Amino acid sequence: MIQILFFFFAALAVGAAINVLVQKHVMYSALSLILMLTAVSVLFILLKADFLAVIQVIVYAGAIMVLFVFVIMLLNLPEDEDGADRLRWLKFVGIPLGLFFLVLVVTTLWNVEGSAGTQQQIVGSPAAIGQSLFTDFLLPFEVTSLLILIALMGAVVFAKKDL
Amino acid sequence: MIEYLTSSEFVVLMIKILVIFGGVMGALAYLSWLERKMMARVQMRPGPTRVGPFGLLQPIADGLKFLFKEDVIPTHSNKFLFIAAPVVSLVPALLSFSVIPFGPSLQITDLSVGLLFIFAITSLGVYGIALGGWASNSKYPLMGAIRSSAQMISYELSLTLSVVGVLMIANTLSLGELVAAQQNTWLGIIPRWNIFLQPVAFVVYLISAVAETNRLPFDLAESEQELVAGWHTEYSSMKFAMFMLAEYANIVTVSALATIMFFGGWTGPMFGPELLRMALPTVWFLLKVSIFIFFYVLMRATVPRIRYDQLMRFGWKVLLPISLANIVVTSFIVAIS
Amino acid sequence: MIPIGWYLILSAILFLIGVLGFLIKRNIIALLLSVEIMLNAVNLTFVAFSSKHGRISGQIFVFFVLVVAAAEAAVGLALVIAMFRNRESLNVDRSNLLKW
Repeated sequence: MIQILFFFFAALAVGAAINVLVQKHVMYSALSLILMLTAVSVLFILLKADFLAVIQVIVYAGAIMVLFVFVIMLLNLPEDEDGADRLRWLKFVGIPLGLFFLVLVVTTLWNVEGSAGTQQQIVGSPAAIGQSLFTDFLLPFEVTSLLILIALMGAVVFAKKDL
Repeated sequence: MIEYLTSSEFVVLMIKILVIFGGVMGALAYLSWLERKMMARVQMRPGPTRVGPFGLLQPIADGLKFLFKEDVIPTHSNKFLFIAAPVVSLVPALLSFSVIPFGPSLQITDLSVGLLFIFAITSLGVYGIALGGWASNSKYPLMGAIRSSAQMISYELSLTLSVVGVLMIANTLSLGELVAAQQNTWLGIIPRWNIFLQPVAFVVYLISAVAETNRLPFDLAESEQELVAGWHTEYSSMKFAMFMLAEYANIVTVSALATIMFFGGWTGPMFGPELLRMALPTVWFLLKVSIFIFFYVLMRATVPRIRYDQLMRFGWKVLLPISLANIVVTSFIVAIS
Repeated sequence: MIPIGWYLILSAILFLIGVLGFLIKRNIIALLLSVEIMLNAVNLTFVAFSSKHGRISGQIFVFFVLVVAAAEAAVGLALVIAMFRNRESLNVDRSNLLKW
């Protein structure tokens, strides 16, 4: 049963990611990315990280992608022009090279031992994450608050019409 | 897997889903009747009275009208997104009823992160509005959609932060346990509801919930006088009905969350014979949710609209600092005691 | 149960799609979306290993990756808006004024 779920949502994630590349209009790419994020969130649930799965939907699919969709809506972009790019041959070389790399990676990872999602003692519960986040990882946590402040200021400064 | 599908547990789950879903859809339809009647009475006129006694068959007449109306899709709109937007708005609104406890055993599923699940699903509902406005390819819907989704994501912050105080007291994210933690009483009379422990959070939650569901006084993005009809200008018949259903479902969801977190959910005085005792928690829950819905409709009928910049300023500069201060104070008190 | 190799392979596939998107697409917003795909693939790897070894620190790192992705998306989009105001096009090939 878990295997059916895994294959379905893995195929959905890969299909949505490929759709991000294939679509000409960037709004459809953004919507496919939202689909991929929710599919990955379900994979997190299969790995018993349920708090992280919900946080991924709230933060990534519900806030960051809203930002992307807003900007695309406001800029009112046309479909991508297919112009006289010097690098048109890029996709015909890149994709075979990518597939070759993929074959390398798959043959290395195929026989990694151990299965995921079988641990009974670790469940990514909020209590466990909170415990670790506020004791062992307190310094990075405080530094990320500084990071967000800087990003906030940077975004406001860059998007202003006249400083 | 086949033995699970035929087990009694699955059948009970299906019955629960049918009961809750059917009840919710019926309630949404009659919420529109309640709203029209109440607004009419506040404005000293009778409201719908022709269709059935007291106008009680009006929602059915409205539903039939929506089914038979012509479905207009503007020529220059983005057809796929135009048709998808009401669905993207309605599905998250209905999905949040799967974790709400209507009674001690009348909850479809008690997720360990149930409260966050509802917030996650609500934040996905923003896309229905944004895409609906953008796909209509017209200026009023686009403006309405941008304003409305900016308002929703701004008030989501204070909505989520205002309940952190309750979570610190109850130490759990699952809704069933939140309700169970409020079951006893102090001194035998005063129930152990979180409203007595977190009054500021309750006020912040209520105001954020009104803004989050785009209701008056925060509905500048869909008001008739300002923006024709906001993001659902170009929609007709069933798609418009789906947007309306989604809005009412959001109202019921935030009312249900308010009762669960601050007013004890289905807890209440138990009395009477055994059969009555089984139904009484659900009755208390529905009574409390109805009080909140009543309050929402009354507010729509009485309060004037707030301008958009005042709205955004209020959300970011007033509600967000208050909810953060509430978290700090509550964490001090919880840490000390 | 699902062997961890499958999660790692899925993550590698997603990462590869992100890299290909980053190298092939010409629209800046599409480049930012490809970066998000790559970061998601890395998140999946972290959570898979955290689940296999039974340590929670993998999931904590995912938190930090999420924060960094949010900050980078915000600043990147502000830059996109500023760039769009100047030259009315989001094609990266058109922004080549500094080339020799």
